[in-house]
Amino acid sequence: MIQVRKLVKRFGMKAVLRGLDFEVAEGEFVALIGPNGAGKTTFLRILASLSRPSLGEVTIAGYRLPAEAAAVRHSLGVVSHQPLLYGDLTAEENLRFYGRLYSVDGLERRIDTVLETVGLAARRRDLVRTFSRGMQQRLAIGRAILHDPGVLLFDEPHTGLDQDACDMLDGLLRTVSGQGRTVVMTSHDLARVEDLASRFDVLARGVIAASAPRAALQGANLLDFYRRALTEAA
Amino acid sequence: MSRPPLARTAVPPAEQTRPAAGSYLRAIGAILWKDLAAEFRSRELLSGMLVFALLVILVFNFALELDFSARQAVTSGVLWVTFAFAGTLGLNRSMAVEKDRSCLDGLLLAPVDRSAIYFGKALSNLAFMLVVEAIVLPVYSVLYGTSLFNAGLIGVILLGSVGYVAVGTLLAAMAVQARTRDVLLPILLFPVVLPVLVSAVKASSGFLQGAAMGDILPWINLLIVYDVIFIAVAFMVFDFVVEE
Repeated sequence: MIQVRKLVKRFGMKAVLRGLDFEVAEGEFVALIGPNGAGKTTFLRILASLSRPSLGEVTIAGYRLPAEAAAVRHSLGVVSHQPLLYGDLTAEENLRFYGRLYSVDGLERRIDTVLETVGLAARRRDLVRTFSRGMQQRLAIGRAILHDPGVLLFDEPHTGLDQDACDMLDGLLRTVSGQGRTVVMTSHDLARVEDLASRFDVLARGVIAASAPRAALQGANLLDFYRRALTEAA
Repeated sequence: MSRPPLARTAVPPAEQTRPAAGSYLRAIGAILWKDLAAEFRSRELLSGMLVFALLVILVFNFALELDFSARQAVTSGVLWVTFAFAGTLGLNRSMAVEKDRSCLDGLLLAPVDRSAIYFGKALSNLAFMLVVEAIVLPVYSVLYGTSLFNAGLIGVILLGSVGYVAVGTLLAAMAVQARTRDVLLPILLFPVVLPVLVSAVKASSGFLQGAAMGDILPWINLLIVYDVIFIAVAFMVFDFVVEE
């Protein structure tokens, strides 16, 4: 579903990604873990077509970036630190707005379904600026799945959430990822992704330093795997 | 909490798309509707622009202390300075709303040509500017004792506003990426939009002073040419301006 070859991203003279190779099969849930500044967000922004690669090839759902970005965007749902929602619109107005941008068929029915899914049907007519951070993040997931994308990209979605909100978000992530969708989620919180992902990739010094499916860890400590990968990459 | 299942679409993405022109116009309409609905609730942008515009008129009114004929002579200049200052305030705020909560990323993620985002934002900026102008004109008429209800003048205001917003929306999208966006926008905008402002002032002045149409027409033609050029340039480069 996602293929990345020799990806390089430079900001001026500084290379953030240095020949990164990455592949995700359809239906896989990959946790991209790494320390702050490893390039996780930069990489996800390139996958999301928000940033152009300096070099390398990126293909999503058979479409190449950046040449076929519009087709790729149809297949993508993105959730980042920020909910990308308008505070002065209600929950349903936000979804209606994004639904129009994505030309979603049967939009009103789809909004009902999505609001039920994210548990915000009762607050559908409330302004988003009155929502807690956790509720905004749940609505952000609703926004991301509104057009029923095959690929979901999550950029540290737990940032700024309390424990209860994180638990609720995890439940929602399991629901939306358990429907055959391909998921890539960045995080530096290993405990948070340990139960969610089917594969763990460590991003360090601009490349994938190590990769292991959950089964291959065989009860081994994810933290040990992560630290070993960082040591080897150093 | 029981959640209904979400059926994942099996159709390849390219086949899900509706005719491009329909999607394009729908996206423009969605952005325009979103900006108007949000502003209807908050009234932050319009009230800021309006208060600022009225203050500028008041300041000029007291500062110039002119007699009737002199006021007639400076009317178009004062009007366009007021519109330009208030417009800059609106352009900055309009883009800042998108940037502050990273909503611009939400727009850029949509599977539409990015020029649709430009046209949606430009249309809402134009609507806000026209509302402010519609309120400023009668206030100005009362304060300065000059009737501004002239069809020609209103046409010039419309053309001038289109040109101002066309280039202003593009430059606001550029300036909003910078930390010093509030300062940067007028610095970038005023030199570029100067031909529009000069043409608008000359044409407005011509209508207010009852000049012959032959004297006014070159300025109107110049306004139309600048409007077309600015819209065409913005259409071509907006994608590069907003991309990292």
